[in-house]
Amino acid sequence: MPLLPALVFMIAVTQAPFLATLVISFMRWNALYPDDIGFAGLSNFATVLTDPALRSSVWTTVLLTVVVVLVSLLLGLAIALLLDRSFRGRGVVRTMVIAPFLVVPVAAALVWKHALLNPEYGLINGVLTWLWRVLGLGAAPQPDWVSTLPLISVEAALIWQWTPFMMLILLAGLSSRPTDVVEAATVDGANAWAVFRYLTLPHLRRYLELGALLGSIYIVQNFDAVFTITSGGLGTANLPYTIYQTFFAAHDYGQASAAGVIVVIATIVIANFALRTVSSLLKEEGR
Amino acid sequence: MTAISAPARAGRGMPGRHGGTLLTLLAWVVGVLFVAPVAWMVLTSLHSESAAATNPPSLAAPLTLDGYREFFGASTGASPWPPLINSATASVLSTILVLLLAIPAAYALSIKPVRKTHDVLFFFLSTKMLPVVAGLLPLYLFAQKLGVLDNINFLVLLYASMNLPIAVWMMRSFLAEVPVEVLEAAAIDGASLPTVMRRVIVPMTSPGIAATALICFIFSWNELLFARVLTGVVAGTAPVFLTGFVTSQGLFLAKVCAAAVAISLPVLAAGFAAQDKLVQGLSLGAVK
Repeated sequence: MPLLPALVFMIAVTQAPFLATLVISFMRWNALYPDDIGFAGLSNFATVLTDPALRSSVWTTVLLTVVVVLVSLLLGLAIALLLDRSFRGRGVVRTMVIAPFLVVPVAAALVWKHALLNPEYGLINGVLTWLWRVLGLGAAPQPDWVSTLPLISVEAALIWQWTPFMMLILLAGLSSRPTDVVEAATVDGANAWAVFRYLTLPHLRRYLELGALLGSIYIVQNFDAVFTITSGGLGTANLPYTIYQTFFAAHDYGQASAAGVIVVIATIVIANFALRTVSSLLKEEGR
Repeated sequence: MTAISAPARAGRGMPGRHGGTLLTLLAWVVGVLFVAPVAWMVLTSLHSESAAATNPPSLAAPLTLDGYREFFGASTGASPWPPLINSATASVLSTILVLLLAIPAAYALSIKPVRKTHDVLFFFLSTKMLPVVAGLLPLYLFAQKLGVLDNINFLVLLYASMNLPIAVWMMRSFLAEVPVEVLEAAAIDGASLPTVMRRVIVPMTSPGIAATALICFIFSWNELLFARVLTGVVAGTAPVFLTGFVTSQGLFLAKVCAAAVAISLPVLAAGFAAQDKLVQGLSLGAVK
């Protein structure tokens, strides 16, 4: 039974910790009071669910994921359409667009925070200074991006990294589009918009769904960008960051676990929907 | 549909020459915008600290390798080699473990009845959807009890579990390209599993195995959360080392960029080399 090792390994390493989390979530357990460990009933859940910080981090997680996935998908679609034509240097442009996805995420976040968004010497404000000087407009605006637009700063860095991912999937979708149908439609007088709306978009639907699904799986769990760019401050703490904080700063194992259990339940609800999408894709695929 | 005259047709569908030039230009602009932060990171890494922190930016500042010297511990004495070797160890060993588990599993799933296959495949995928952070605390306590905190082998196991679902899905899609008769014939002939692996599967899917290995390597190399929580001075990985480069005082931009370039280099090289297989891998084999 060649399947067994993989299954056993997966259950041991991924399911056992979740069971342990479930048990700990019902316990009174703070690392700072090692003598006071016991059964706590539902009190951890009550604390966590009434904690405004946790509730706001639920909202932040949803907002962050939806914005990053949607914007990357739209940008990825636009770029995929641009790259789906043959032109001089197409391969070079494709490589240039893919580059952000291949930078180690924590390195990308550090570069965004310090080399691009820094108010004093970041590239963005530097270019503003330079533009204003060239145009003779006087003092250029020098916004402190991370302080004034914290969530958008995190989102911008993530969108920059995830757009190439969406673009690659959609480009593969475009190249698998049956060209004879498009040609026939064009011959029949369909304009570019009609071809896009009634032929390309329906064909791309499963690729768009796949990109959204996979992007969501990774971005819901994002830790690197939030940790690096804002350290969870200024209302950018998402669930992974908040749980990390509860566990490290507060040392309250019971509460951190209860928060974990709530995240898992929420994820199961979303994942259930997502898995159905993949399942339908799999059926279309045949074998 | 009424027939349309040839000139009218030329005006629709494919954009004319001017539209085409404009779109090509736009594509180049987009490409430059996306690569600009990467290019800026590389350029800054080659500048001196004072030239890196100017406003407006000093594009033409003299190039220097000081940033890289700092990365290699010129003034602090902190060598980047232990974390780089830790990262390489964790990534390579976990990738080997993943392949050893995933290839037989994918093979089994390719010759099994459909119903069960779906359940197992979706079990693997569902583990990928559970937020890792929820299992972090028990893993930490477990590691503490067993004395494997700050031990690279523990990370190897965790990275393997992180990548195994992806690898099973990918390998399954690559095996789907092998004619099912070949797999069944091998199974009926009663060839032992190692023989089937060596004689049939590995030769027929080697590009797929390479792509799977590459993706697993990249994800392990990039991982920060587990490494940050479960390792310390001994087993710290490159991403953890990188987060320690930012100081509250003094200029650090050039050396942070140098470190970011150095640490991203293996991933950039591997990713560009395997661009074509990247899509199939990232989409878990759903896109070919």
